[in-house]
Amino acid sequence: MATMQSLDIRRRSASTEAPPQVRQSAIQVAKLIDVSKCIGCKACQAACLEWNDLKAPIGYTDGTYDNPTDLTPTSWTVMRFTEYERGDDLEWLIRKDGCMHCDDPGCLKACPAPGAIVQYTNGIVDFVSENCIGCGYCVKGCPFNVPRISKVDRKAYKCTLCVDRVSVGQAPACAKVCPTQAIYFGSKEDMIVHAEHRIADLKSRGFQKSGLYNPPGVGGTHVMYVLHHADQPSLYAGLPDDPRISPMVGFWKGVMKPLSLAAIAFAGVFGFLHYITKGPNEVSDTDERKADEMAKGKGA
Amino acid sequence: MSEDKNVVARYTTAARINHWITAVSLILLALSGMALFHPSLFFLTNLFGGGQATRAIHPWIGVVLAISFLGLFFRFFTLNFWKREDTVWMKNLGKVINNNEEGLPELGKYNAGQKLVFWGQSILILLLFGSGIVLWDVYFEDYTTIDQKRLAAVVHALCAIGAILIWIVHVYAAIWVKGTLRAMTRGSVTRGWSWKHHRKWFRQEVKKS
Repeated sequence: MATMQSLDIRRRSASTEAPPQVRQSAIQVAKLIDVSKCIGCKACQAACLEWNDLKAPIGYTDGTYDNPTDLTPTSWTVMRFTEYERGDDLEWLIRKDGCMHCDDPGCLKACPAPGAIVQYTNGIVDFVSENCIGCGYCVKGCPFNVPRISKVDRKAYKCTLCVDRVSVGQAPACAKVCPTQAIYFGSKEDMIVHAEHRIADLKSRGFQKSGLYNPPGVGGTHVMYVLHHADQPSLYAGLPDDPRISPMVGFWKGVMKPLSLAAIAFAGVFGFLHYITKGPNEVSDTDERKADEMAKGKGA
Repeated sequence: MSEDKNVVARYTTAARINHWITAVSLILLALSGMALFHPSLFFLTNLFGGGQATRAIHPWIGVVLAISFLGLFFRFFTLNFWKREDTVWMKNLGKVINNNEEGLPELGKYNAGQKLVFWGQSILILLLFGSGIVLWDVYFEDYTTIDQKRLAAVVHALCAIGAILIWIVHVYAAIWVKGTLRAMTRGSVTRGWSWKHHRKWFRQEVKKS
């Protein structure tokens, strides 16, 4: 749903028009997920389904607490459970996975359909499903493996950061429902300050490597984590250590586009210039006569 | 030799149909592919019934092209092996471009440029088909990793641009070298054309008659 005004659009996929600049007041928003406070209750998953009116089909369990086992077109957030043995300690790392709302979104960069992915001025990255053509390029662009293509309608789905709630001053459903307040929502600035308090607290309790996950490789994210082991993000069910848009996608969606069109245009222009300067290659009467002679002489 | 004494048969009806199926599918693929490649060409999706329809139909046209081109490949590959005179011809490409073919070696059914078009498209279409399968999520999403799909997207786009460039050379050559197009529209060429451009082939055809 495109629930924000067009004034609030910062980037629009596959569009060459400049976005509107008149409104300058947008506050950057962020969701802060404090992994150290998460108890894995899945209330956020339930709230996400309820607010967004999604009905995930009954699936299967793979014997772990991950349920459903992966993000799906109808499950936009999933708790991922990791058992981490540190010396004699067993730590249960529970990470709420979902769209990170990158400031430099790979999905938007890869998307070929005009306006199928937008980034609002507050930083939220949203899929405008009516424009989605189901090509799956967003899947290739995303450094976090988040978008899922529905097998029913071949459209891409992911967390909207409850843009419809945020635009009327509400926190996302998951943040609203979290019983331990492991999920905060507010301005990105405030969330970073809050994270610093949490990190200081964690350090005082022996988690010397705790820190904020706001990866610079994608320009920072509008969903951030407080991690007790911020030096090893990949401990948390494969959270990328240094996410960035794949260089292959960068090349494909970057220099390759203008260079390819230039090469095609050059070939066309070269042909045209050749024709008007050198002229056509024609068979002369002499050629025809010589050919006839050869035919009569049976190829002699 | 054709029944008309003044022309030389060059392509059978089946070869011509085979060629034009390939040609039409290649053009449709280029239009639908370019539509999804560059935002300023997205309007081309309107030719195919919108973005979703373009996304859905493009791979199927690709299947038609692959099968059709395979037919062309088996028809013509033995005539496209590289010969010593092809190297000589390539060294004199400047003369050819200047419409001066004096002193060039006599050629069989195809010249070096045509052979390069043939092998270039053969390799590119093979790569396009392979990478296209990887990108065809509707049926093959689960068989490759995301990183493999990214590589496939780059390979697919690069090969497509290469194939379009070769196509431009191919079409322009047919416009530039007068008397060529009728080989694919009517199946025959004039004696003079054969003598001028493919003399060795012309000798063989004359001997056969």
